Amino acid sequence: MSETTVRHSTAPTVWPQLEGLLHRVSKPARYIGGELGAAYKAPNKDLISWLFVYPDTYEIGLPNQGLQILYEIINERSDGRADRSYAPWTDLEALMRAQGIPLFSVEHHTPAGDFDVMAFNLSAELTYTNVLNCVDLAGVPVRADERNIDHPIVMAGGHCTYNPEPLADFLDVVVLGDGEEAVGEITDIMAQFRGSGSTDRTELLRELSHLEGVYVPSMYVAHYDGPALRAVEPRFPDVPAMVRKRTVSDLAEWPYPKNQLVPLTEVVHDRLSVEVFRGCTRGCRFCQAGMITRPVRERPADQVRTMVKDGLDRSGYDEVTLTSLSTADMSGVDGLVTDIMNDSDACGAGPLSVSLPSLRVDAFGVDIAAEIQRGRRTGLTFAPEAGTWRMRQIINKLISEDDLYGAVDAAYSQGWKRMKLYFLTGLPSETDEDTLGIGELAKNCVDIGRKYTKRASTTVSLGGFVPKPFTPFQWFGQNTDVELQRKIFLLKDSTKRMHGVNLKWHDPKATLAEGITARGDRRLGPVIEDVWRRGGTFQEWSEHFDVSLWTEAMERHGLSIDWYVYRHRTEDEVLPWDHLDAGLHKDFLWTDWMDALDEVGLPDCRWTPCYDCGACTGYGIEHVVASATAPAGGSQGTAGPRTKAVPVTLGMGPRQ
Amino acid sequence: MKIRVRFSKKGRVRFISHRDVARVFERALRVAGASVAYSEGFSPRPKISFGLALSVGFESDAEYLDVDLAAPVDQEDFPRKLSAALPDGLMVVAVAPLEPGTPSLQQSIVCCEWDFEVIGLDEAAITQAVSELLERSEVVLERDRKGKRTAVDIRPAVLSLKVAGPTANGVGLSATLATDQVTIRPDELIPLLGESVELSRAWRRKQWTNVDGQQLEPLAAAGDHRRETHVRDIGPIELAAAQNAAAGSKT
Repeated sequence: MSETTVRHSTAPTVWPQLEGLLHRVSKPARYIGGELGAAYKAPNKDLISWLFVYPDTYEIGLPNQGLQILYEIINERSDGRADRSYAPWTDLEALMRAQGIPLFSVEHHTPAGDFDVMAFNLSAELTYTNVLNCVDLAGVPVRADERNIDHPIVMAGGHCTYNPEPLADFLDVVVLGDGEEAVGEITDIMAQFRGSGSTDRTELLRELSHLEGVYVPSMYVAHYDGPALRAVEPRFPDVPAMVRKRTVSDLAEWPYPKNQLVPLTEVVHDRLSVEVFRGCTRGCRFCQAGMITRPVRERPADQVRTMVKDGLDRSGYDEVTLTSLSTADMSGVDGLVTDIMNDSDACGAGPLSVSLPSLRVDAFGVDIAAEIQRGRRTGLTFAPEAGTWRMRQIINKLISEDDLYGAVDAAYSQGWKRMKLYFLTGLPSETDEDTLGIGELAKNCVDIGRKYTKRASTTVSLGGFVPKPFTPFQWFGQNTDVELQRKIFLLKDSTKRMHGVNLKWHDPKATLAEGITARGDRRLGPVIEDVWRRGGTFQEWSEHFDVSLWTEAMERHGLSIDWYVYRHRTEDEVLPWDHLDAGLHKDFLWTDWMDALDEVGLPDCRWTPCYDCGACTGYGIEHVVASATAPAGGSQGTAGPRTKAVPVTLGMGPRQ
Repeated sequence: MKIRVRFSKKGRVRFISHRDVARVFERALRVAGASVAYSEGFSPRPKISFGLALSVGFESDAEYLDVDLAAPVDQEDFPRKLSAALPDGLMVVAVAPLEPGTPSLQQSIVCCEWDFEVIGLDEAAITQAVSELLERSEVVLERDRKGKRTAVDIRPAVLSLKVAGPTANGVGLSATLATDQVTIRPDELIPLLGESVELSRAWRRKQWTNVDGQQLEPLAAAGDHRRETHVRDIGPIELAAAQNAAAGSKT
């Protein structure tokens, strides 16, 4: 697909060529820009220009809050400007390649190659091939070592960058952690470099590598002992041996986005979003987001109220979502929600609905849901994640069955008819009893619902577990796709005759592909490039996903899936991300991994003494929470019953 | 109180869909401070009803929507305020109060006037194709309706069609196409002029309602009778069509 090379264009805008193609493609509104809140800062050679790119479709990429925040911060600077771009769908891409139209920004339709920076958000491993495709469509060499001073700096941020090694061949710069401060510092360095008149791209990259939170892969070299990684070391003494993530200590200083983008066409999250806190210390051991975003930093409730009110007034939205990794844990969340509803009633607009991205699994969570979903009661979603108490202790998601059934009873009694329960399968030391326990839980939920409505139903959504870097499970060997499929069928068979229980599952082959890149090292670069060159874009989309592209590429490059995906790691093994610092001590993660296997839970450190994971102590920061006591009710990590620790080993071995 | 709004859709915003336009208006009405009435029930929806859908990519001088308001708006100021809350390319042209009992837009629009730009043949060939089409007494088109193929004579729906001359990229056409009874869409009509003929641009210029045999611009039909110029002169073919439509609506 990269056979036709897009020439580096100097045209200021591709709109005249693009316009005539748009009536031939699906959803042309993806490409026209024009959103309320779009900056439209005019192209100007004196400014450092950023192109923020989401490597998936417009509908998925536009709502991304991280990109919107950074887009605003750059556009507020007098020395910077930013546009946005998204991966064009395959129909438009074919026309663009046929007619030599490069990737463009949606604001000015400026060719992507004309920007100083192309900054990607990496939220999912299966979008990696789209990153390569976007760079290629921009007319920029996909490999970093083939770029010169005229090419943009290709940059990435987002959760997946905590293991950027599989993309080390393609990325010039990686930013770890919160980007609010880092993007400004990068702009400063680039402006100084431009002022110096230097044309040495390596010099610029080396300067950038001195910034905290900035990782420049080309300044490091990886050493191997056979298949094992020995070390990733800096090439030069001034390049840091360990790159520490960035953490914004006070969210109140960053009330962004101030002008959330309101798209003209439907996107996946078509509502106002206000981030109420960042970080999570629930300590769910499978959850990378919770580990890498610590500590908890709450936004002051007054600021949340103001941001909601201003946001609704300017956008015209009638729905707001209060985002975080676990919004029901926000200090005083019930009062905050009531205030927001009252503010809305007072201004006389139509009915407002407030949504929380995740509910706590207890009656308290349901009470909040009842308060905010006054009108639309379509369905409620809970995430117990595992089917037995034993398994939930291992993953440290300490929801008791009483909590779950209490929540479900409260929900059905208040008029909900459908529940959705999220579960993972392929968790460490999972037995068939644990898998079948998922069905039992779902059945009991339906039975509770039957007391209130004959139409009670529960949908089980089953995802395959992928161990992620910087989690206690980073040493765990992922289940094979065959094993995951067996477990899915096992559960499917057992729930077949459970009336009212529906089962949905994630394709285990996609879980495998995700696993290949999640914990891979630099040797994965040629594999990703290979998959892309064979047409493997939009791998998050089932109609384009093809596992054989991945397995065959691994084989062609002499890499073992067993080694990269299914193998348990040992304590002394050098991990590909050991030269990066997400704030967590490696020995804390190892101890937590051992606790997991001992079925020992760990309480939430917001409300209990510190156990020194490293996120606060190493950075001289601490939790920012309005209330130092745990919210009432519920057992998640606060007061759950603890069975006596019973040590278990990973008895079933790597190839379960 | 109900109002009827006439708006235009031009430029890049032509690439958003009918559903997108509906969502954009819902938000813009809130930003403009209009108190839209909501439906009762489990899932309250703002009471806004749109006229005929405009295909993605087509532009228009004459789109309409009816809004049920919980509180009156200042009619002089409202078009400006609502336009300010709309994205570039969508603009409110006029607003009129809707008299109770006025038939809905969907029920009352009988035809639309269009300008097209077509590419693929030169002006002479297009002119020839147009006159051949108009000379035919019957033009049968096969359509898929719920999986069943049906043959429809669409000739009566082509109320007028003429070549307007050369345009920037092709040849301009003007047409009046019926939207009640027998209908034809622009993207069905243009290929009838020849296999290589493609529609490259389309502008809806006017929509007409039928009120007691008289064709009125929809705001005039809403009760805004000051706008005398909004009554349309109709030719013999269309008169017959209008009479058919009137007869049809009575049965």
